[in-house]
Amino acid sequence: MGSHNPDIKLIKDGKRMDGRAFDQLRDIKIKVGVFDNAIGSAEVIWGDNKVVAGIYGPRDVYPKFMQKPGEALIRTIYSMSTFASIEEHGRAGPNKRSNEISMVLSDAFENLIMVEKFPGKMIEVHVTVLQAAAGTRLAAFLAGMAALIDGGFPLTDIAAGVSCGKADGELVLDLDKAEDNFGQSDLPIVFNSSGDIILLQMDGKMTREEITRGLEMTSAKSMEIMGMIRKAVESKYEGEIRSEFEL
Amino acid sequence: MVKESILRRIRKDFLMEVLDSGERTDGRAFHDYREISVTPNVIGTAEGSALAQVGKTRVLAGVKIVMMEPFDDRPKEGVLIMGAELLPLASPTFEPGPPDERSIEFSRVVDRGIRSAEIIDMESLFVEEGKVLGIFVDLYVLDFDGNLFDAGTLAAVSALKNTRMPKIENGEIIRGVYTGNLPLRGYPVSSTFAKIGNFTLLDPELQEEGAADARLTVTTCGDNIVAMQKAGPGAFRKEEVLNLINVSFEKREMLMRHIR
Repeated sequence: MGSHNPDIKLIKDGKRMDGRAFDQLRDIKIKVGVFDNAIGSAEVIWGDNKVVAGIYGPRDVYPKFMQKPGEALIRTIYSMSTFASIEEHGRAGPNKRSNEISMVLSDAFENLIMVEKFPGKMIEVHVTVLQAAAGTRLAAFLAGMAALIDGGFPLTDIAAGVSCGKADGELVLDLDKAEDNFGQSDLPIVFNSSGDIILLQMDGKMTREEITRGLEMTSAKSMEIMGMIRKAVESKYEGEIRSEFEL
Repeated sequence: MVKESILRRIRKDFLMEVLDSGERTDGRAFHDYREISVTPNVIGTAEGSALAQVGKTRVLAGVKIVMMEPFDDRPKEGVLIMGAELLPLASPTFEPGPPDERSIEFSRVVDRGIRSAEIIDMESLFVEEGKVLGIFVDLYVLDFDGNLFDAGTLAAVSALKNTRMPKIENGEIIRGVYTGNLPLRGYPVSSTFAKIGNFTLLDPELQEEGAADARLTVTTCGDNIVAMQKAGPGAFRKEEVLNLINVSFEKREMLMRHIR
């Protein structure tokens, strides 16, 4: 959600600028097992987002004081390449935004991983956005989720999410860059397969009715995305993995 | 640490045994490369990009062009800045955090090859008094199986070759509008060798690199050697260095074919 600009029309003739219906997702491609070193790995192309994920662990925890005696520490590190945006050259290294996203992703993954299986150890989820086009945290979650499954980590459930927002007063799913910049709200959310919410953020303005409808719309689409993860994992065993963007 | 050094010695003994029989553990001859592929234009948001794969090592280079102030001592010249990120997803030995000496050496060796070869006309990046274009090349290691340098140089040069120049209006960059490609005056390529005992191995994979006493990278452009880097505690004899320079020139054409 960014500055409101009345000159920019996000909805025309009941369609969005890129021709999508209000609840239609951008194209999503998921590939698992794309890297050699990582225990589990995945790449996700979601619209114009390109995201890679790699998992390591269970391994020793450093610094030691972060160790959890009865369970595994889940440490997610979300980062963005310096050339991920068409705008200026980005700064390398973490910043407030990436640190916050890393935290909410860690919490969501912790909900899914059987942490009691690895007391005192840590599992690291590394996600890098190579090319960004709105919705990177959900693309990052998707890549991390697929990579965790690919690595064979013990999980209690599968999960996926999509953002809901308001463009020209209409509720729309999976905001693109213009809708993210000029829309009136953004609500990224992740559901597990029983429909419980494990990641939720929101900014902008929405009414209670809009949130109610938004939750219905996003949970339905999240289930569809979970199906895509299952397909991606299955296809790893059907043939050789060929990276979509040759990564 | 004791355990580490014992492991390293066992690995080295094993490698030496195989090398004594005249070949490498993966069946390559001493001066053979692994399979190489370079894919340009993989990132649409960058002005230029390329992914280079050497064996299982994968390096992605992205180029961004920015408007900036020139350096005081070169007011009429543009700026080239090289960076490298050893992404923790690429190797269990890569840690998150600020660049460590490995990533600094990596970006500096690739930088030196490109800078000394003078393949970019830096004066052509002058815009107006106090304003020049800066070219940021960032190397992202995605999978690490030894020899970052040669993959990094291939990725960086290929990304630069495919770099689109942004449109400039009233001293500002118009994002998303391009006026043509960045002209390059040559294509530097590097060849990296690991020395294990008396053997010198081109394009060392991770185990070979780990067991090496010393490492040498030679970057060539045209008929010139434009950068070299020796690392590790071991030593090279003079004739050895001269021989490895010759091997680098022999491999030059094959490597250049991958820069498209």
